[in-house]
Amino acid sequence: MHAIEKILAKAAGKEKVVAGEIVNCKIDFAEVNDLYLQTVYSFYEMGGKKVWDREKVTFVFDHYSPAPTIKTAQIHKEMRDFAKEQNLKYHFDINTGVCHQVMPEAGVVWPGMILVATDSHTTTHGAFGAFGTGLGATDMATVLISGELWFRVPEVMKIELNGQLSQGVYAKDVILHILGQLKADAAVYKAIEFSGSYVDDLDVADRMTICNMAVEMGAKTAYMKPNSKVLNYLSKRTNEEFIIHETDDDYQYSDNYIFDVSHLSPQLAVPHSVDHVFPLEEVEIVKVNQAFIGSCTGGRLEDIEAAYKILHGKKVNSETRLVVIPASNEVFQNAMQLGYVQSLIESGATFAAAGCGPCLGTHAGLLADGEVCISATNRNFPGRMGSTGAKIYLASPASVAAAALVGEITDPRQLLKEVEVNA
Amino acid sequence: MHKEITGKAFVFGKNIDTDQIYPGRYLELVKPEDIAKHCLEGADPTFVERMTKGDIVVAATNFGCGSSREHAAITLINAGVSVVLADSFARIFFRNATNLALPLMVVPGISEKVNDEDELEVNLEAGTVYNRTTGEKIQGEKISEYVMNILENGGIKPLFKKKTETSNI
Ligand code: SF4
Repeated sequence: MHAIEKILAKAAGKEKVVAGEIVNCKIDFAEVNDLYLQTVYSFYEMGGKKVWDREKVTFVFDHYSPAPTIKTAQIHKEMRDFAKEQNLKYHFDINTGVCHQVMPEAGVVWPGMILVATDSHTTTHGAFGAFGTGLGATDMATVLISGELWFRVPEVMKIELNGQLSQGVYAKDVILHILGQLKADAAVYKAIEFSGSYVDDLDVADRMTICNMAVEMGAKTAYMKPNSKVLNYLSKRTNEEFIIHETDDDYQYSDNYIFDVSHLSPQLAVPHSVDHVFPLEEVEIVKVNQAFIGSCTGGRLEDIEAAYKILHGKKVNSETRLVVIPASNEVFQNAMQLGYVQSLIESGATFAAAGCGPCLGTHAGLLADGEVCISATNRNFPGRMGSTGAKIYLASPASVAAAALVGEITDPRQLLKEVEVNA
Repeated sequence: MHKEITGKAFVFGKNIDTDQIYPGRYLELVKPEDIAKHCLEGADPTFVERMTKGDIVVAATNFGCGSSREHAAITLINAGVSVVLADSFARIFFRNATNLALPLMVVPGISEKVNDEDELEVNLEAGTVYNRTTGEKIQGEKISEYVMNILENGGIKPLFKKKTETSNI
């Protein structure tokens, strides 16, 4: 069996499961974000009274945080009331950040668990060896009542990543490249395991960025075997006793892909689809109205640091606005302590409260018709960040910062070299 | 839910994502008629005007990819779409639609065999599509028993309600 199958088997109380089988699993943690008040309504409509376990259910206010409209303020209010009434152990209000960042920080994510959230990017938690998957509101309401959910055991696709990245190339470039090669429907109904020498030694932040975007290939979940960096991260945040499952030697993957990341250059997903990916240097230069660093893909400390390295002591182009939104308040505070926030504000950046920001087009930096944005986020669908007449390019935070500096799409490698020479 | 459906087809391409089905900026809307107005707006702004209740959405691979928003299924239901036929569906969308009793049928190659506004007859139980306009018969995948049970009960809510009433959870 694969490690993922072992996770599902354990949660279903079975010795063995096989791909295609439908199993009923116990859920270890369930998170509802602030787009999904419907979950609360469905919970009551279906006769729910008490959630199955007050320590395993939480709300995170991130998509509408802080509330930009009266309607969304009402959503927060009703969710807060529910959380209080149910006496939930965890609650993440508007002062926390994006769910996929705040949950690991709070220590509720660990290897071998089943985590469900009302968000498609729940694949992120494969970075920790967890089985994370997204659900809709009604599915989630059934979990809140019963603590269980049915799953179809997925086939597993293996993506082996070997080699080392060169300077100016990041985990975001790796996952964009994979998406460009394998396309947005490559893993529909399947799970993706990322392994190989590049992954073995990868930092927590980079692991999260890659697993985050697995869903853009249609994956149900992502998996990376926890390494010493993950274990170190967890040791500071959770006392949970967990098991790391091994994949059996004779396990048959549904597909096998191998990539060597050593010669990869910065990548760019061009409008309007995530799998429309080219090496940045081959893309026609366009002027950029807005550059955005943030989200559960590109809003971690390492991402803000990458921008700081390029922009420190310089000014953002006068025709471009740079919006930076840390993925969580913890990230925000660390970035402040390290001087990144101060420096980026001096460069001309606009900061907003930790959360999703304009990533899904609800507030904090939307795009007007005809505008161009380069973004460290994960989706460039038409209308994703505002007007359907806007164009979104996806790139690494360093490429976003480079574009902010120059005012047009720019290869960050040259700028980083200049920084080194001057240092 | 009817197991035999007739209606006009509206054909879309591959990877029709949830932002095209229901843009994020309308997520705060709650009235069914307001949600219905924006159905598939990102893919074809004229769709809602052109369709009538009971019509059929046809697409290529990976229909419903992207976010987990249930609004994507709700807007199709509220607009009056009777069934979606596609080469394949994204998994969260598949679960959401099933839970809300919107039938989805996997029909490999369907988007190439149907033109916009063709008249279709769909049999959910047999997994077949008959294109009245071209005379072609197309075989799709039968809806599984597990899913049919949820659809027949009007979605997961009535099913679950029965459970909570009988078991006191
Ligand atoms: S940051 Fe963007 S992708 Fe991540 S949860 Fe928020 S809206 Fe979704």
